[in-house]
Amino acid sequence: MKQQELIPHLFRTEFSKITAVLGKLFGFEYIEIAEDIASDTFLLASETWSLKGLPENPVAWLYTVAKNKARDYLRRNKLFNEKITAEIQYASTELHEIEIDLSDNNIIDSQLQMMFAICQPSIPAEAQIGLSLRILCGFGIEEIANAFLSNKETINKRLTRAREKLREENVKIAFPAAQEIDKRLENVLTTLYLLFNEGYYSLSQNTTLRKELCFEATRLSYLLTINEATNKPVVNALLALMCFQASRLEARTNENGEQVLYEDQDTNLWDQELINRGKIFLNKAAEGNDLSKYHIEAGIAWWHTDKQDTAEKWDGILQLYNRLLIIEYSPMAALNRTYALSKANGKPAAIIEAEKLNLNNNHLYYTLLGYLYTDVDNEKAIEHLKSALKLAKSETAKITIEKSISKVTVKA
Amino acid sequence: MKDFLFVYRNDFKNQPTGSPEELQAVTKRWMDWIGGIAAQNKLASPGNRLGSEGRVVRPNNVVTDGPYTEIKELIGGYSIITVASYDEAVEIAKGCPIYEFGGNVEVRDIVPM
Repeated sequence: MKQQELIPHLFRTEFSKITAVLGKLFGFEYIEIAEDIASDTFLLASETWSLKGLPENPVAWLYTVAKNKARDYLRRNKLFNEKITAEIQYASTELHEIEIDLSDNNIIDSQLQMMFAICQPSIPAEAQIGLSLRILCGFGIEEIANAFLSNKETINKRLTRAREKLREENVKIAFPAAQEIDKRLENVLTTLYLLFNEGYYSLSQNTTLRKELCFEATRLSYLLTINEATNKPVVNALLALMCFQASRLEARTNENGEQVLYEDQDTNLWDQELINRGKIFLNKAAEGNDLSKYHIEAGIAWWHTDKQDTAEKWDGILQLYNRLLIIEYSPMAALNRTYALSKANGKPAAIIEAEKLNLNNNHLYYTLLGYLYTDVDNEKAIEHLKSALKLAKSETAKITIEKSISKVTVKA
Repeated sequence: MKDFLFVYRNDFKNQPTGSPEELQAVTKRWMDWIGGIAAQNKLASPGNRLGSEGRVVRPNNVVTDGPYTEIKELIGGYSIITVASYDEAVEIAKGCPIYEFGGNVEVRDIVPM
C-alpha cells in the first residue's frame, strides 16, 4: 500500500482502537481528550512520515506515540490527572506506571464496551450512528457529514450534544451486567442495523462511502460474535442479514452510480463467499428459541440470494414479510411485502392490496404501483410513475423512475 | 382510531381437513389476510387460535366439557385491529378466508376499562 493510501487506512482502523482504549481508561467524561490524543498522534505521524519515510512498524509507532501523548497529557493537567487517577480502575500509585494497554484483547474489549456506552436510547438514533462512526470506526466529521448528506457544523453540534448527554447520564464504559445484557444488546443491534441501512439505502451517490458504512456495521457486528457474552443467536441473525444484503453491493449499482433493480441485476456479481458466510451465521442464529425481526429479515435476505425466480421463493419471502409486519410495521416492509405478493399471487391481487396501503407521500409507493400496473394497465402505470417522479428527492431515484417511464411508454 | 375484536367462529365439524399441502394452503390464505392488515398498519394483535377442547364452569361448581354441548359454533380464534370506524372494521372482516369454510367473523368494539 502506498503512503498516501496507508495513512487514511491506518487512521480509520487505528484511530478507533486508540480512542476506545484511551476512552475506556479516562471514562466518558473525557472522551474528547481521547479523540484529540488519537488525532494528534496521526497529525504527528503524517508530518514525521512524510519527512523521514514510514517507520518499520507503523502501528507500533502509533501506539508508542499515543501512549506518550496520553502520559504527557496526564502530567500536564494536574486537575484532570487527580480526578482521573482517582477514577482509573487499575490505576497505580505512580503516574508513569499507568498502563495503557493496546493489546488486541483490550482493544476488542474496549471497543465492545464503547459500543454499549454509545448505543443509548436517550440520545437520538442519528447521534448514536454518528458517534459510532466517529469513535468506533474512526470516520472524520466531513465523512460523517457526507454520509448523512449534511454539513460539518450540523454533525459537530449533533455529536457534541450527544457526548454531553451521555456525560450527564453518567454513562459508564463497561460491559452491562449479565442480567441486563439482552436489553442493552437490543439497543446496540438497532444502531448497527441502522448504520448498515444508512449505507445500503442511503441517498448519497458516493458508492465507496456507502460500502464503507455497510462494511463497518458488519465489522462491529462481527466483533460482538467473537465475545462469548455477546455471541447470541440474535447477533448472528443480524450478521447473516448483513452478509446476505452486502453480497449484492456490487450488483446493485452500475458504473454511473445508478441503482440497478433486483430483477435486472447480473447475478454473477453476487458475492458467493459472503453468501456462504451468511449461511454459517444464519445456522448459528437458529440456536435457541428466539425469533427476532433480524431472524425474519435474514430469512428474507437468504431467499433473495437464490438466483432462481420460482413461485416457492416468492411465497417464502411473502410469508416472512407477513410475519415481520405482524411483529413490527414499517412502510418499507409493507411495500416489499406487496412486491413479493405480486410475484407469488399475481399482479391483480397485489394491486388490490397495494391500494390499501395509504402511503401517499412515499415515492416508492407510486414506483410500486407503477410496476404493478405495468402490462396490466400501462396508462395507469405511467400516471403512477409520474407521481413517483414528483415526490422523489434524490437524483438516483429520479433517474431510475425516468428509466421505468420510458420503458412503459414504449408499451402504452 | 379504535380497537376492534374479530372473533372467528366456525362449526367445529367444519375444521379444514385434507393433505398437508391443502392445510398449508389454508394457512397461507390466513397469513396473507392477516399480513395484509399488518401491511396497512392496522393490526393491533394477531391474536391466537384456540384449541378445540374446552371447559365451562357454572354456578355451584358445575363443570361441563367443552362449550359445544349446546352450541354448534365454536370460537376458533381472535385478532385485534385498530381502525377508524365500525364500517372500516367490517370492510376488513369481509376479506377473511373463514367464509369459505362455513364460518363467520363477529366484529366487536373494544371499550377500554
